[in-house]
Amino acid sequence: MLRYLVPLIVFLGVAGFLLKGLELNPREVPSPFIDKPAPSFSLPKLHEPEAQFASKDMLGQVWLLNVWASWCVACRSEHPLLVQLSRANIVPVYGLNYKDEPDDARNWLRELGDAYVSSLIDYEGKVGIDYGVYGVPETFVIDKQGIIRHKVIGPVTPSALDNCVLPLVRKLQQATAQTVVKRTEVEGCV
Amino acid sequence: MIPEIGHFALILALCVAVVQGVVAIAGAQLGIRSWMVMARPAAQVHFILVAVSFVCLMYAFIYNDFSVEYVASVSNSMLPIQYRIAAIWGGHEGSLLLWALLLAIWTMAVARYSRNLPLDMVSRVIGVMGLISVGFLMFMLFTSNPFDRLLPAALDGRDLNPLLQDPGLIFHPPLLYIGYVGFSVAFAFAIAALLSGRMDATWARWSRPWTTIAWSFLTAGIALGSWWAYYELGWGGWWFWDPVENASFLPWLVGTALVHSLAVTEKRGSFKNWTILLAIFTFSLSLLGTFLVRSGVLTSVHAFAVDPERGVFILGFLVVTIGTSLALFAWRAPKVGLGGRFSLVSRETFLLMNNVMLVVAAGAVLLGTLYPLLLDSLDMGKISVGPPYFDAVFLPLMVPMIFLMGLGPLARWKQADLPDMASRMKWAAAVSLVMALILPFVMGEWFALTSLGFALAFWIVSSIVVSMSERLRKTASNNPGAGLLARIAGLPNSYLGMNVAHVGVAVFIMGVTMVNTYEVEKDMRMEVGDTVTMSGYTFRFDGVTEVEGPNYTASRGQILVTVDDETEAVLFPEKRVYFVQTMPMTEAGIDSGLFRDLYVSLGEPVGNGAWSVRVYYKPFVGWIWGGTFLMAIGGLFAVSDRRYRLASRKRKAQKKTAGQTATDPSVADQATAPVQSMERE
Repeated sequence: MLRYLVPLIVFLGVAGFLLKGLELNPREVPSPFIDKPAPSFSLPKLHEPEAQFASKDMLGQVWLLNVWASWCVACRSEHPLLVQLSRANIVPVYGLNYKDEPDDARNWLRELGDAYVSSLIDYEGKVGIDYGVYGVPETFVIDKQGIIRHKVIGPVTPSALDNCVLPLVRKLQQATAQTVVKRTEVEGCV
Repeated sequence: MIPEIGHFALILALCVAVVQGVVAIAGAQLGIRSWMVMARPAAQVHFILVAVSFVCLMYAFIYNDFSVEYVASVSNSMLPIQYRIAAIWGGHEGSLLLWALLLAIWTMAVARYSRNLPLDMVSRVIGVMGLISVGFLMFMLFTSNPFDRLLPAALDGRDLNPLLQDPGLIFHPPLLYIGYVGFSVAFAFAIAALLSGRMDATWARWSRPWTTIAWSFLTAGIALGSWWAYYELGWGGWWFWDPVENASFLPWLVGTALVHSLAVTEKRGSFKNWTILLAIFTFSLSLLGTFLVRSGVLTSVHAFAVDPERGVFILGFLVVTIGTSLALFAWRAPKVGLGGRFSLVSRETFLLMNNVMLVVAAGAVLLGTLYPLLLDSLDMGKISVGPPYFDAVFLPLMVPMIFLMGLGPLARWKQADLPDMASRMKWAAAVSLVMALILPFVMGEWFALTSLGFALAFWIVSSIVVSMSERLRKTASNNPGAGLLARIAGLPNSYLGMNVAHVGVAVFIMGVTMVNTYEVEKDMRMEVGDTVTMSGYTFRFDGVTEVEGPNYTASRGQILVTVDDETEAVLFPEKRVYFVQTMPMTEAGIDSGLFRDLYVSLGEPVGNGAWSVRVYYKPFVGWIWGGTFLMAIGGLFAVSDRRYRLASRKRKAQKKTAGQTATDPSVADQATAPVQSMERE
């Protein structure tokens, strides 16, 4: 008798896994950089190349690092949203001008508006490599302890901003040094 | 208005399906005749309602009604008419409606061509199919209604995915779905047998032609999909072990096992439980395929429309359908006695081994398909299982199976004589060994696996020659003087059909072996006037021109192929950009021939009028699909066998003579049953 139940039991086991599988997102490739300290760097600023910006100056603040370039078409599409975001004064947005000619970059910002507190010249793309950038644009959410908490690959969309980036930023801003906020706590990020 | 009519028709269809399912099955269980006779008319009404709904959706597509959300999401006013119609199944909601329509058609067909079955059996079968329809219609109405309105209406649609704008879309999904859904008939027969408690050979005899037809359509559908991927995706492959491909391949593997096991159950009364289990599994895997494609649990190039909430519904439906069936099986199966006994060397044993290997192969493919999901849900990391795994597990299973495929049809039922078989097969073995050794050298290069492939292909063909000639010698005395063709035509269609399908397997193996071993591929930068020569063909790149399509612009390359300075073909590979979903699409330029394909696809422009171009020489690649279509044709031919027609003719004759009394199908069935059982070798 029992052996005739085997197909049923096996099937119910498989169904259990399928149910679990529904909660998972197979497209999400975990980034090795998330929940790891952001690689520190020091780069000249786009608008005052004599001055250096050091990432460790940002400790104690939640900030966004947006990787962009004037040659990047998708950056054009996300830029108006970033401009809006910076006007709202919620979180400082820094630009990493990746493998770009500084003159082209400055013209581009003049034309489209400057969304960044400051843009940093990564002419040879070394910092980009440290951050594991494999497509422009990419946007990193970095917390007060200088840890990367999230990364948006490709242009930031209004829904990604409203459902993931901003809620996460708010939580990170409220967090103290003792509490760890991970992006998995924000529904829109997973 | 029209979309609302479609919506209401769907709701009414659901109500009718509930009645069809509940009343018909209850009537059969309780023995209430008036409830049972309702099954057939209910199936008809159900079909009409679903068909009305389908036509309404088609109307919305043809007349570009972008106030219907589904139309707006998968169609566009610039889309040519044939794709506007095919776009009905270009997305999730419409695919489901097609599913429901085909299920209704199969149910109708069962109602129509089952006059010689006992009434209780018919109503159980129609009832089970009605319940399946309930599940699908509910799924549609509650989570994915194709008639949902979009207010305000869209000005124009978001267009059909350019990948799908191809004649392949017109034929591939319907054929595939006819197959998927057709297995519901075998499933319904199996459940009906379990419900009635009469799990003898009769249910196998009734469901066998239905199963073979469904299997043939599924075979053709898969082949067409493979061919489509070959010319559309531009990388020259024909099978990718993609989860969605696997989802169609799984029911095929188990369905193939089912087709063979039904033969044993019908003719020898053995494997009864096993056959029922296979029927349940085959249809379950069809449902699982729907789940995998539509729920987004796996990544796939095919996952066009995914939604986890729908996933929960389908999973629930799956658990109810399959769970109930398997529970029913666990309850009824122990009471089934053993069938006809057979010895270790017999056709039964060969078919059993065929079944075991097919099911193990299906298990391996299923494991490979679900493994990433299993690991992920156990939090053991994300991985993807690729072709190396599938090739590694699949080939070793198929080799012995193909070997047995040659032996099986020659073995006697019940008990076969091994030395006798060996002596009958010695020529077949010799021919295939010689060909396996010689052919690679004719083609230019020898590899062990290539030889093995040729050996298997020739083994199948030569064993069929042996089997046919033995048969013909036996029948020669019956009609002396008849020509060879006439004598072959005199053999039963089911036997001929089986051989056609088996030859199809040989042709398929031949194609795969050839293309895997002797394919030549070159990837290079070509300027206008550049030539490249491979396998005796010279390809000259004559530049790229811009052309306008109905809803796209394309860069069309021109490539002249010559052999010894004589023109062989002119190929026009294209790189298209569709207006609405500005996505570049590759259209390969292919010259197909019986013994080779020349395949060119355009890469990217690399400056100064030069392009990166990929050129393939693919020997015998067409045999892959040719062989598969032979399998499908063989299946359909087998169903046209006399014994199936004889039964219906006998029935008509009896109706005429007996007048009113013979209208009771159960009476007619008793009269035809002996005729059917007589018809065997």
